Amino acid sequence: MALDLARWQFGVITVYHFLFVPLTIGLSLLVAMMQTAWVRTGDERWLRMTKFWGKLFLINFAMGVVTGIVQEFQFGMNWSDYSRFVGDIFGAPLAIEGLLAFFLESTFLGLWIFGWGRLSPRVHLATIWLAAIGTVLSAYFILAANSWMQHPVGSVVNPVTGRAELTDFGAVLTNSTAVGAFTHTITAAFLSAGMFMLGISAWHLARKNETRVFRSSLRMALVTVLVAGVGVVVTGDLQAKLMTEQQPMKMAAAEALWTTSSPASFSLFTIGSLDGSQEVWSVRVPKVLSFMATGDPEGTVEGINDVQRDSEARFGPGDYTPNVPIAYWTFRVMVGFGALALLVALAGAWLQRGGRVPASRWFTYAALAGIGFPVVANSVGWIFTEMGRQPWVVYGTLRTADGVSPSVGPASVATSMIVFTLLYGVLAVVEVTLLVRYARKGPDPLPPPDEAAPSEDAPRPLAVAY
Amino acid sequence: MFGLALTDIWFLLIALLWTGYFVLEGFDFGVGALLGVLGRDETDRRRVVNTIGPLWDGNEVWLIVAGGATFAAFPEWYASLFSGFYLALLIVLVALIGRGVAFEYRGKVDDDRWRRRWDAVIIGCSAVPALLWGVAFANIVAGVPLDADHEYTGTFVTLLTPYALLGGLTTLLVFLVHGAVFVSLKTDGDLRLRAHRLALRLGLVAVPVAGGFLVWTQLAHGKGWTLVSVALAAGALVGAVLLVGRGREGWAFTLTAVTIVATTVTLFGSLYPDVLPSSTDPAGTLTTTNAASTPYTLGIMTWVALAVTPIVLAYQAWSYWVFRRRLTRDDIPAATGLPPREPVVRQ
Ligand code: HDD
Ligand code: HEM
Ligand code: HEM
Repeated sequence: MALDLARWQFGVITVYHFLFVPLTIGLSLLVAMMQTAWVRTGDERWLRMTKFWGKLFLINFAMGVVTGIVQEFQFGMNWSDYSRFVGDIFGAPLAIEGLLAFFLESTFLGLWIFGWGRLSPRVHLATIWLAAIGTVLSAYFILAANSWMQHPVGSVVNPVTGRAELTDFGAVLTNSTAVGAFTHTITAAFLSAGMFMLGISAWHLARKNETRVFRSSLRMALVTVLVAGVGVVVTGDLQAKLMTEQQPMKMAAAEALWTTSSPASFSLFTIGSLDGSQEVWSVRVPKVLSFMATGDPEGTVEGINDVQRDSEARFGPGDYTPNVPIAYWTFRVMVGFGALALLVALAGAWLQRGGRVPASRWFTYAALAGIGFPVVANSVGWIFTEMGRQPWVVYGTLRTADGVSPSVGPASVATSMIVFTLLYGVLAVVEVTLLVRYARKGPDPLPPPDEAAPSEDAPRPLAVAY
Repeated sequence: MFGLALTDIWFLLIALLWTGYFVLEGFDFGVGALLGVLGRDETDRRRVVNTIGPLWDGNEVWLIVAGGATFAAFPEWYASLFSGFYLALLIVLVALIGRGVAFEYRGKVDDDRWRRRWDAVIIGCSAVPALLWGVAFANIVAGVPLDADHEYTGTFVTLLTPYALLGGLTTLLVFLVHGAVFVSLKTDGDLRLRAHRLALRLGLVAVPVAGGFLVWTQLAHGKGWTLVSVALAAGALVGAVLLVGRGREGWAFTLTAVTIVATTVTLFGSLYPDVLPSSTDPAGTLTTTNAASTPYTLGIMTWVALAVTPIVLAYQAWSYWVFRRRLTRDDIPAATGLPPREPVVRQ
C-alpha cells in the first residue's frame, strides 16, 4: 500500500518536474543564441526576441526549479532503503550536480535577469550562456545517476553490508547508457523548445503581428526542430541498441514480443488481450525490429518468455516482466508524437518557402497543438524507461519493493501525495495561464536607447525585475 | 588529509553548507516574512522583494547541495533523517515551492488582488521554514527515537518538544532580525529607517530567546569549546542590535551573520561525532563513521568539492558585489505586468 502510493507519487512528481525541464534546457540555449546574435549584429529584432522568449523562458524556469527541490529530497523521504543501498554511488553525481550546475545556473540567471543595463553587454551575454551551460550540466549529472540505475557499472555490492559500493567513478560518468540518455534527452529538449517557438510564432504570424520578429523566430524554430528531430531519432536508435543489450526484457516488452524471433518485425499497432500475451490484430513492418534492436535486419531479438526464464535462473523465482501494454504503447506514443512534431515542422518549412508567411488556419492550429507533442513524447518516454525496468529500481540489483521507506506509513505518503497533487495542479493552471497571456501579448516595445551601454562609473539605473 | 579522517572532512563540509544556507537564505527568509510589515505601499513592497530578487535562488542552492552532499557522504543520515522528519520536510518543501513561484509571479500581473495573494504566500512561506529549520536542528542535536535499524519510530508530534520549539523560535527571530538589517542595508529613506526600528524591536525579543536556546544547548548537549561559539553568537546578536540603530548597517549585518555562523557551529559542534543520535536505542545512533560512504567515494567528492567550491564562492560573491547598491524609490519603474483582464488582441 505504502509502496504503491510511493511509486505513484514518484511517477507523478518526477513527470511533473520533467514537463518543464526540457523547455528550460532548450530555451535557455536558444535565448542565449538570440542574445549573441543581438550583441554581434546590433539588430534590435534579436534584442526583442531575446526579451520576449526570455520572459517565457523565465515563467517556465521557475516551475522547473521549485519542482526540482522536491526531487532532491524525495529519495530520502519515500525511498530511504533505496538511498541507503545506493548512496555511495548515486549521491555523488547528485551532489556534484548541485555544486557544479545548480549554483552556476541560479547565480548567473539572477545576474542575467537583473543585470540588463547594469553589466556590459558582453558580460551580460556571458551570464545567459553560463546559465544555459548550467542546465546542460545538470542534465548530464542527473542522467548519469539515472543511467547507473538502468545499467549499474563501476560498482559492486558489498556482501557484508549488503550495499552497493562505488569502485570506478569514471565508469559511472562515462556509462554508455548515460551518453545515450544525455544525447537523446538534450535533442528532445531542443525539439521541445523548437516546437514551443514554432507554435507561438505561427500564431502571431497568422495575425500579422510583429512579422519581423516572428519570421525570424519561426525560422529559428524550424531549423531547431528539424535538426533536433533527426538527432532524436539517431540517438533514440542508439538507445534502443543499448537497451537490447543491457535490458533485453525492456526491449521485448516494448515490442510485446513473447517469443524470440529472427528476424523480428516491428508492429505499428496491435490489438490484443489485456496483458498483451495474445495478439488479435496488428500492423507489422518486417525486419524493422531486428534492425532497430541489433543493427542487423536478420538479427535475433529475445522474447519475453525467454528473458523471463533466464532471469529466474539468474535471480531466483519471481516475475521479471514489466507491464507489457504500458511499455508497448508508451514507446509507440513517444515515437509517434515525435514524428508528428517533425511533420508539422516540415509543413511549416514548406509554407514559409521563399519568404512567404504561413497563414493558413490549419497550420496555425497544428503548430499550436504541436507545442504539446514533445511534452507528451517526453513524459511517456520516461514512463517507458522507468516502468520498463520494473520490478527493478536498480536493474538486476535492487527491487523497487526493497527500496521503499520502512518507517513511512501509507497515511504519510497519502498526505504528501494529496498535498503535492493539489499544489501542482494549482501551479499548473497559474503557469499555463501566464504563459498563454504573455505569449499572446507579443514582444514589448524597446525602452529608450540610453541604457544599452553603461560605462563603468556613471550612475546606472538598477534593473528591477520583480 | 591534514590528519583529518575523510568522514570528519565531510562532517565539516556539510556543516559549512548548512552554515552558508542559514546565513544566506536566513536573510531572504527574514526579508520575505517582513514584506507585509516593511512594505507600506506597492513601491516599497517591490523594493523589499527586489533587494533579494537576484539572490534568493542562488541562496537556496546551498540547501540543495547540503541535501545532495548528505546523500553522497552519509547516506544513512540522509535516509533516516528525511524519512523520519517526513511531514515536517513536506511542509518545508511546500513553503519553498510557494515562495519561489511567488517571487517570480507576483509582478507578472498588474493587479492588486493578484499581488496581495502572492505577498501572503511570500510572507507565510518565508516564516514557516525559518521556524521549522530550527525545530529540525534542535531535534537533530537532542536526538530522536531511532530503532536499531536507524529507523525513526516517532511521529511528527514527537518533534515538537519544548527545546525544539525554542530552537524554532530562535531561528525565526534571528532570521527576522537578519532580514530587517538586510533591508536597511539595501534601501534608503523612510524604508531604511523603518527597517532599523524593526530590527531593533525584533532584536530585543530575539536576544533573550536565542540566548535561552544557546544556553540550553550548551548545558544539555555542548562541549567545552562550544562555550566560545555560544558566547560569540550571543555577543554578536547584541552588538548587531546596538549597531543597526546607529546606521551602521554593514557592521550590523556582519554581526547577525556571525550570530548565525556561531549558532550553527554550536549545533554541529554539540552533535559531533554523532550525526543523528537515537534517544531510545543507543544502537540506533548514527555517527560520522557508521553513516558514511566508502573512503573511495568520499575521496572523490573531496577533490570535487575542493576544486569547485572556491569558484562557486567567487562568483556568488561577485553577484553580491554587482547588486551592492541601495534600492531607492526612483529605481522602481512602473509596473510591467499584464493588465488584470485579458487584453484585446490586435487582429
Ligand atoms: C521529444 C521527445 C522524444 C522523442 C520524439 C523521442 N524520444 Fe525517446 N525518449 C525521450 C524523449 C523522446 C526521453 C523522455 O527523453 C527519454 C526517457 C529517458 C531517456 O533517456 O530519454 C526517452 C527514452 C527512449 C528510450 C529508452 C531508453 C532506456 O530505457 O534506456 C528509447 C529506446 C528511445 N527513447 C528511442 C526513441 C526512438 C527510436 C525515437 C524516434 C524514432 C524516440 N525515442 C523519439
Ligand atoms: C535521475 C533521475 C531519476 C531517478 C533517480 C529515478 C528513480 C526512480 C525511482 C526510485 C522510482 C521508484 C520506483 C518505481 O516506482 O519504479 C522511479 C519510478 C518512476 N520514475 Fe524515475 N527516476 C529518475 C528520473 C525520472 C524522470 C525524469 C521521469 C519522468 C519524467 C521518471 C519517471 C518515473 C515514473 C513514471 C516512475 C514510476 C514507475 C513505476 O512505478 O512503475 N523518472 N524512478
Ligand atoms: C529525479 C531526479 C532529479 C532530481 C533529484 C532533480 C533535482 C533538481 C533540483 C533540486 C532542481 C532545482 C535547482 C535550483 O533550485 O536551481 C532541478 C531543476 C532542474 N532539473 Fe531536475 N532533477 C531530477 C531530474 C531531472 C532530469 C532527468 C533532468 C534533465 C534531463 C533535470 C534537469 C533539470 C533542469 C534543466 C532544471 C531547471 C534548471 C536548473 O535549476 O538547473 N532534472 N532539478
